[in-house]
Order: sequence, then structure tokens, then C-alpha cells
Amino acid sequence: MAYLELNNVSKHFGGAPVLKDINLSVEKGEFVAIVGFSGAGKTTLISLIAGLLKPGHGSLTLNDLEITGPGPDRGIVFQNYSLLPWLTVFENILLAVEAVNPNWSAAKRTEHVEKYIAMVNLTPARNKLPSELSGGMRQRVSVARALAMDPQILLLDEPLSALDALTRATLQDEISRIWSENKKTVLMITNDPDEGILLADRIIPLTAGPGATLGPEITIDIPRPRDRKAINHDARFKKIRRELIAFMLDSKSERHTSVTKKLILPDIEPEDLERPPRIFSGRPKPKRAGEIKEETVAI
Amino acid sequence: MSDHVELSNLTKIYPTPKGEAVIVKDFNLRIKKGEFVTLIGHSGCGKSTVLSMLAGLSEISDGSIILAARELDGAGPDRGVVFQSPSLLPWLTAFENVMLGVNQVFYTADKTERREIVEYYLTVVGLGDAMHKRPAELSQGMRQRVGIARAFALKPKMLLLDEPFGMLDTLTRYELQQVLIELWRKNKITALMVTHDVDEALFLSDRIVCMTDGPAAEVGEIMDVHFPRPRERKTVFEHPDYYKLREQLIEFLEVRAHRKHPTATPTPPAGPSAGAAAVSPVETVST
Repeated sequence: MAYLELNNVSKHFGGAPVLKDINLSVEKGEFVAIVGFSGAGKTTLISLIAGLLKPGHGSLTLNDLEITGPGPDRGIVFQNYSLLPWLTVFENILLAVEAVNPNWSAAKRTEHVEKYIAMVNLTPARNKLPSELSGGMRQRVSVARALAMDPQILLLDEPLSALDALTRATLQDEISRIWSENKKTVLMITNDPDEGILLADRIIPLTAGPGATLGPEITIDIPRPRDRKAINHDARFKKIRRELIAFMLDSKSERHTSVTKKLILPDIEPEDLERPPRIFSGRPKPKRAGEIKEETVAI
Repeated sequence: MSDHVELSNLTKIYPTPKGEAVIVKDFNLRIKKGEFVTLIGHSGCGKSTVLSMLAGLSEISDGSIILAARELDGAGPDRGVVFQSPSLLPWLTAFENVMLGVNQVFYTADKTERREIVEYYLTVVGLGDAMHKRPAELSQGMRQRVGIARAFALKPKMLLLDEPFGMLDTLTRYELQQVLIELWRKNKITALMVTHDVDEALFLSDRIVCMTDGPAAEVGEIMDVHFPRPRERKTVFEHPDYYKLREQLIEFLEVRAHRKHPTATPTPPAGPSAGAAAVSPVETVST
């Protein structure tokens, strides 16, 4: 049996299901990415695994134990960092370490926290408050906090979505490095296909909601370490990228039910506001270029 | 075909306490009617400054802009602008936001026709069901759709797009690019877009103008993109030249954009295959 296993999981809030028939298995030490549109139910999926939500149907197991609630065996990195604003970098991480290891000595805890601050290159900023840090640095704290609890699985919920492209690239490289040093099991959720391909061993598309489900998985057989520039030359990268994006866009367009609507576009020319028309007697008429266009659009 | 838009020796200088800051210097570009041209470059290189001058939102320090045989002076509804943030009026519905401009430009038309215009454009951008919602009730992607509809509804002579999808996630961006390209193809509007997204530039443009880093940014290289139209994401990705052009653009942005005055011609791509796409040699604008 796989390390993390989801069997026919569905979830609905009231009416239509958000997630339907989700089947997923993640092996120990694997890096799996799930790619989906905004609003497809990605965060619902991660909340189910984190134990923050209960499934409507189906079962979730981690290491052969059923997931019934949140626990320190799953470390989560949220998109919005979720740091305590009145605590410094060090204190934010210490809080998590204390909760998980209450019987450690103070010295051991401090040493442990320092180790993870160093891992995300934040030692110079260890005494700063979150408000004094940039978005990228805050997310590093969040990653360090999740790792410091030494979880069995790391859940990344769009960890880099709020960051600009450059910071995003730097942190992707950092996540990749940390993962190869720790070999933790990682499940990442993202809306960026390129990010998923660069980091993961396997990538699974989540179809557009409502009633989102997982599409066919794609194994990424590109050797590591992967260089974001060199990867562009790789035929496997091009193929995976093409397939994945095509699948995603198709799954979205299938959602558009083919209700056709007849539209009329009057073929009139805009008026030149800088040169008002000469005053004729009566109301000025618009210039017409041709006949009225009619079009039927599927919406 | 004659040139629809002509930017001649366009220069932008801001006075500062330490003297003049030259942002854009002697920028020359000609755009044909119905062409889709993209300006690509690093943040802060001055590409948005060029676009704002064209929109009439920023004063021209030196040089001139001619649009449809008329020299530009100030902003006007003959240029439709799509901004990075949708810039909608929050107290008006999507319909009313678009109607605001339509009422101005089509004041001679009757009410029914004006309503038909607004409904047409909001429906083709995919907001048929949501046109009477306020911006707060719409997602970021939907708001940007309203921005696109608003620009096209005025039937402008030129479309100016300032990183129109910069705030959206990758997949939503792909969707909206398809919406934009369809509308552009139907309306045959000359378009100038500013972006730093390489995939976006390749998918949409006829020509990509690479700008060197500022200050005193200028035209670095011009790349012709010959993927057949109408374009679809899948077929463009599968085009044999797609990744070659993509690499070239990335390489330009990472290496050559930083060089102030390119002197040597970079090696052209090994054997432009089947005449599908080729890169013109460096077009250096001497200063």
C-alpha cells in the first residue's frame, strides 16, 4: 500500500460536489505535483489531506492510518504564509518545534530551529518580525517552520503563487535543493504547469470544477538536478508541457455547455470626438460601414 | 500596406534634481495596419513608458507619434487600453463599465444599438451570464475580461495592452490569451502589447520587439513570428520552431538585453526550417 492513499474521495459543500472520485497514491520520498485552475478545488483537496476538512465520501490514509484530523505528521505551507505577526522568525519556528517536541531541552530546541533557519538562508533575519520581511522571505519562514516539525509528508498549497517571477524562480530552486537533501515526501499544489514539471517526479492535472477529479498522471523522467534554462532543450520537457497544457485547457472548455446565443453587433463607426460634426438640422446619424452582423456564440 | 503607426525618434526624459534621466531614447518603430506587435524587455526598461506615450497618458519629450496619418496629441478613444489591473469603476456593473465609453463614442447611435454593442462584446469575452455583476463579485480573470471587452467595444484604431495578463495565474492567462486573439482576429485592430512573458509574446504576436535595459532603452532586436493564423495553443506548441524561438527570446532577456550597445550580430538560428520562422539580424538603432 502506498504511503499516502486517497480512495474515491469526494467533497461537497451543500449543492454540487467540489471534488469527485479522487484517487491518489503517493509513495514515500516522492515529489508529486497537482496542477489545476483557480477555483477548481485544489485547496479543498489539500485541506482534506491536512485533516482540516472531512471528506463526504471515501477514505484517506497516511502510512496505513486513517486521517481523522490535523496533526504534526503533515507539515503545511500555505499560499499566504500564515505566520504569527507578533513573533520573530525564530519564535514562529520555535512555536512549532515546541508543540511537536515538548520534552526537548531548550538548548536542543534552539539548535534545531537555527538549523532550519540556516537551511532556508534566513540566519541574518532570524530576529525580524514578518512585517519586516519580503513575501519571498516570509514564505521561506513558512517552509522552515513546516520542515522543522519533521513531518512525514510536506503539503505545499500554491506556495509561490503570491510571489513575483524572479523570487518564484529562486524559491523553486531552493525547494528543489531542500527536497533532494531531505528526501521528504512532498505533495505540491500549483497553478503553474512549468513549476510542476521543474520540481516533481509525477504531475497530475486536476480538471476544472465543479466536480473536479484527477486526470491522467504524467511521470516526469527528466534527470535531476534540473536546470530551468537547459530544460528548454529537453524534448521530454516540451512533450510533457504540451500534453499537460492541452489537457488542462480541454478540460476547461468541456465545461462550457453549448448554449448558443444569437448576438447582434450593429456595424456603426465610432464618432471622432475631437472633430464634432457640423450641426445639421435634426439629430446626427451614425456612420454605417455595412450591414448588421449577426453571430451565434456558444457560452 | 502602409504604416498605420509610426514612432519616430521617440524619447522620454524626466527631469531630476541630479539632472535629466533619459528613460527611452530615439525609439523607432513602424507598425502596419492590423499587425500585432509585442514589446518585450525587463521590468523598468521603459516599455510601459513607450506604451503610455502612445496612449497619450505620458508626455512625449522628443520625437513624434503618428497614428492613422495624424500626429498624436493627448489621450483619446481612438486608442483602446487594457491595463495590468482591470481599472473598473467599482460602483458600476460590468455592463455599465463598458457602456460608459460606448455612450461617449457612439453618441449618435440609438439606445438599442448601444446596448447591443455592449452585450455583444461582453458575451464574446465569456461574460454572458455575469454582465450585470459588479467588479467585486467577479474573479480577477473575469474582471480582466471586462477590461478587454471595454477596449474592443470602442472600435479603436489601435489597441494598447500593458501586461494585460500579468496578474493572472498561468492557466487563466492561457484562456484569456485565446479570448484576446479571437477578438483581435475578428476585428483586425492594430495592437501593441507590452509583456515580459515569453510564451505570451510568441503566441500572440506577428513581430516581437526586444528592448534593451534602461536607462536610455532602445530597440535591441526584432523577431518575426510566422506561426499560421488562426492560432491555437496546441498547434503553436507543436510547431517545430516554437521552442527555438522561445530559447532565443529567453537568451536575449538573460544575456543580450543587458548589453548597452549591441555591436556584433548574434548567430542566427541554425538553418531556419521550412521558412516558417526567421529572426532578422540585429537592428541597432544608432544614437
